[in-house]
Amino acid sequence: MESIIHLGLLGLLSVTAITIIRLRTLFAAVMLSSIYSLVSAALLVTLDAVDVALMEAAVGAGISTVLMLGTLSLVGRKEKRPVRQPLLPLFVVVVTGAVLVYGTLDMPGFGAPDNPVHRHVAPRYLQESGREIGIPNVVTSVLASYRGYDTLGETTVIFAAVVGVLLLLAGGSRHTEQNEVLGAEQSATFDDRVILRVGAKMLVPFILLFGLYVQFHADYGPGGGFQAAVIFAAGFILYALVFGLKVAQRVLPPAVVYLCAALGVLIFAGIGLTTMAEGTNFLDYHALLRDPQDAQVAGIMLVELGVLVTVFGAMITIFYVVAGRRRSRP
Amino acid sequence: MTVLVLEGLSWVLILAGVFFMVVGSIGLLRMPDVYTRLHAAGMTDSIGAGLILLGLALQAGFTLISVRLLLIWAFLLLTNPVGSYALARAARAGRVRPFTVPERD
Repeated sequence: MESIIHLGLLGLLSVTAITIIRLRTLFAAVMLSSIYSLVSAALLVTLDAVDVALMEAAVGAGISTVLMLGTLSLVGRKEKRPVRQPLLPLFVVVVTGAVLVYGTLDMPGFGAPDNPVHRHVAPRYLQESGREIGIPNVVTSVLASYRGYDTLGETTVIFAAVVGVLLLLAGGSRHTEQNEVLGAEQSATFDDRVILRVGAKMLVPFILLFGLYVQFHADYGPGGGFQAAVIFAAGFILYALVFGLKVAQRVLPPAVVYLCAALGVLIFAGIGLTTMAEGTNFLDYHALLRDPQDAQVAGIMLVELGVLVTVFGAMITIFYVVAGRRRSRP
Repeated sequence: MTVLVLEGLSWVLILAGVFFMVVGSIGLLRMPDVYTRLHAAGMTDSIGAGLILLGLALQAGFTLISVRLLLIWAFLLLTNPVGSYALARAARAGRVRPFTVPERD
């Protein structure tokens, strides 16, 4: 039964992917890629990877759709016809794909219990993390404590992405008058948007509350800083879409958002440096408190806070930059 | 006895929900323009999903699960009409022609 569901979802994924490739209407392609993310989130749920599914649903189906739609409103919604023959690129892609498939032949069987990945550190994480860290969700233990260094790297990558987006797109056209491409077109009839406003007003508090739940419930259930930040950002972006960029930027000025993006990395790395100053290893939370489990939980909380702040700042920054740009006239 | 009634009732609700889902999907494929398609699509979410969730809540009984299902239903009732409205509004703002209006050129 389960394999039927898996195969059905996989089939849907492949159909969606092929349709995206064949479409020339970018608008529909964006929508389909959002559906692709949602279906793969469902697939991940059936594979018991709930944390990843939450991430995929929030990022893939939520934020990135909004950002791509914002980009579309800048570049137009039709794909240009390629001028050159696609034969050479096709050849390169086929050869690369064949090499990659050949490479997988040496890999152990998918999901086999005697894979190296299942025998190396995973048993230790599964058996010992309850005693060592003291929280039920092993994913959070691995993400924020055992592999805290990796997570710091990921957070830094997101921060670097924001810096890149700012460098590429933020030049000059901010803070001008009619530069709102998303939402907030002032329509003639003033009660035209009442339904949207009331709907958004009712939804936004719940979305933000759910974001906080995902953040602080990560010890016990699926969740964590990344997912929480994206849900939080989605709530705020909904507000911005309905009430307009100007109002949103009065609530959260761009300067504050830029600061957030940097502050989270600072918190994360600062905790690492604090533990070093206390005489233990980088990001070894045992230095924070006397009781080892309390120290681990406190460290995870602080680190997840850093992730939350950076990712939230990153998402809102990218949204501000994309939504605040003037549409280039063709 | 009550168990049997509840079971039967929940199955009736779920099947009714599936019926509305199917009808809505057919409508989504067959209707001529955005506005009428929205009408069909709105039905799948509000009534179809609502009835299925209600049926599942009856199966779950007085538990936290049924509270969650009812909450999901409440949020669907809140978001789906607003979403349909926003879509229709965007279509109108983008000058999408309803199929009843003859084409001018």
